[in-house]
Amino acid sequence: MSTSSGTPESWISSFCSLLGHEYFAEVSEEFIEDDFNLTGLQNQVAMYKEALEMILDVEPEDDEDDEEEEEEDEEDVSGDARDGMGGRERRHHSRVASDLSVIESSAEMLYGLIHQRFICSRAGIQQMSEKYELGHFGVCPRTNCNQTRTLPVGLSDIPGEDTVKLFCPSCLDVYVPPNSRFQTVDGAFFGRTFGALFLLTFPDYDLSRSGAETAANLGRSADEHGMVNGMYARNIAPGLGRGKIYEPKIYGFRVSEVARSGPRMQWLREKPDDVSLLDEARNFAEEHGADSDDDDESMMNSGRPTARRRPAVNPALRQRQGQNGSPMRVDANGAESEL
Amino acid sequence: MDDYGTESDSDYTSYWRDWFISSRGNEYFCEIDEEYLTDRFNLTGLNTEVQYYQYALDLVTDVFDLDCDDEMRETIEKSARHLYGLVHARYIVTTRGLAKMLEKYKKADFGKCPRVMCNSHPLLPMGLSDIPNLKPVKLHCARCEDTYNPKSSRHASIDGAYFGTSFHNILFQVYPALIPAKSAERYVPRVYGFKVHAAAALVRWQNGVRDDMRRRLRKMEVESGFKDGDDDLDEDDDDPEDEEELLQQLAVAEYRGGGAAAVAAITAAATTGGEVQMGSVA
Repeated sequence: MSTSSGTPESWISSFCSLLGHEYFAEVSEEFIEDDFNLTGLQNQVAMYKEALEMILDVEPEDDEDDEEEEEEDEEDVSGDARDGMGGRERRHHSRVASDLSVIESSAEMLYGLIHQRFICSRAGIQQMSEKYELGHFGVCPRTNCNQTRTLPVGLSDIPGEDTVKLFCPSCLDVYVPPNSRFQTVDGAFFGRTFGALFLLTFPDYDLSRSGAETAANLGRSADEHGMVNGMYARNIAPGLGRGKIYEPKIYGFRVSEVARSGPRMQWLREKPDDVSLLDEARNFAEEHGADSDDDDESMMNSGRPTARRRPAVNPALRQRQGQNGSPMRVDANGAESEL
Repeated sequence: MDDYGTESDSDYTSYWRDWFISSRGNEYFCEIDEEYLTDRFNLTGLNTEVQYYQYALDLVTDVFDLDCDDEMRETIEKSARHLYGLVHARYIVTTRGLAKMLEKYKKADFGKCPRVMCNSHPLLPMGLSDIPNLKPVKLHCARCEDTYNPKSSRHASIDGAYFGTSFHNILFQVYPALIPAKSAERYVPRVYGFKVHAAAALVRWQNGVRDDMRRRLRKMEVESGFKDGDDDLDEDDDDPEDEEELLQQLAVAEYRGGGAAAVAAITAAATTGGEVQMGSVA
């Protein structure tokens, strides 16, 4: 049992304080108690009910004495206590030690899957942002990212496929956590969505974190609060682009691209000097005349001006498009007011 | 240094260099040959760089027999390590030095690339400057051609000039067969299965840069080194991506506006593995 310390601590907080579980947020009990948030998890986790009870530190359901429940809750936070005192429950549910370890691992799986959903909810992502600010998730190992703080992500939403990875918002790449203790943490417990959603939710973070360099970048990339493709221009991969790409040199001479050992991967760290080049929709509109509103929209739909239209969708888009050329702007403002 | 004092007295490790490369934190260094160290030509110019140059050299070549106090000894010891590092930078670009470092590379003594898509490719140590005391050592991955900070702080304090800016590039000039296959595989940020517009637009642009390069190389009939054929040069699969992105923007909008219902519907769909279809939200 993870709660063998014997301190009156909830299962959740003891789980989160385990070695290697530093990336986890503490899922609020309200979130777990809302059955709606658990939709579909019954089929994914063995001994679902028992596991859920363990996570919530609830006694297995007892028909007779409801009044005692609170008191038992306190006793039951420790596994030792359960072993010592919980003879009654044992009788009711005929639980044996091997059962307990199965339930324990089920509970961890269930908690992980709930966690994947929780950190994408408003309360959860807020909690993760606090952890982010405290630097709980480590920094990017890439030299040119200048210790940008990373975010834990999974490469799959299905448990058991891959371990947790770290997503660097500065180079938009994923890295293996430096400490091997994280290699036992399932990536699905964080999920594929969290990393990107975090950046969309908190667009105001200064990702580059080093003021001087940001100032140097501002000169060539729009104005300070310029938005491109729904993000602040300064926050689009600040660790990439000219001056942030490694150039192989031998005795001071650059290695030619034509050489067999020449650079082939620089595109991965490339970024246009002027990020507004990436605003494909606006560029297309400018190229094809300002009045071609329709073309603009079909560009958004499929990248080809000849694509079919989506009447049900376009009015909303057009409206946002009209405001500032960025369909994400509305969302960004919403998040700002949250902050 | 205490270690040195005791160990140098014993018969087993009487060689300073043995002790040096086997001590903790010096795992990146290889052993420099006696002949290389004793050839004065190889040390040209180092006498101005290193304090107590002659004593330091004597210490490195195990002929040090000056009777001095501990403080002096420590200073000389420090100089010796500095000297060893500077000679090391020269040595590892020689034929024998390259071979020794290659062995260490094959054993992944320098660590493995932290980038997920590089699949733990072995790293090589490198400096960002050839001038000592400027930048600490970095690690270079030949697969993604980028540089990374060493994981451990005891390595992060080693001077980068002890490896130099050229070594890892020379290694692949000399052993071109060892150049790893390049891969276009990469991470794409997604929200509920949909690409994020800003990142996806950058990815598209980068792919354009890559394809331009590959066309350029093909025109010059130079092997590009990409393992995944030339077929993806004519990208026509971009269109579904754009559509996906649009849906993503809507999904996020929906999520913000519609609240928990949309989230759960999308999450449920996303957890089951498949790409999210708008039908599950609408």
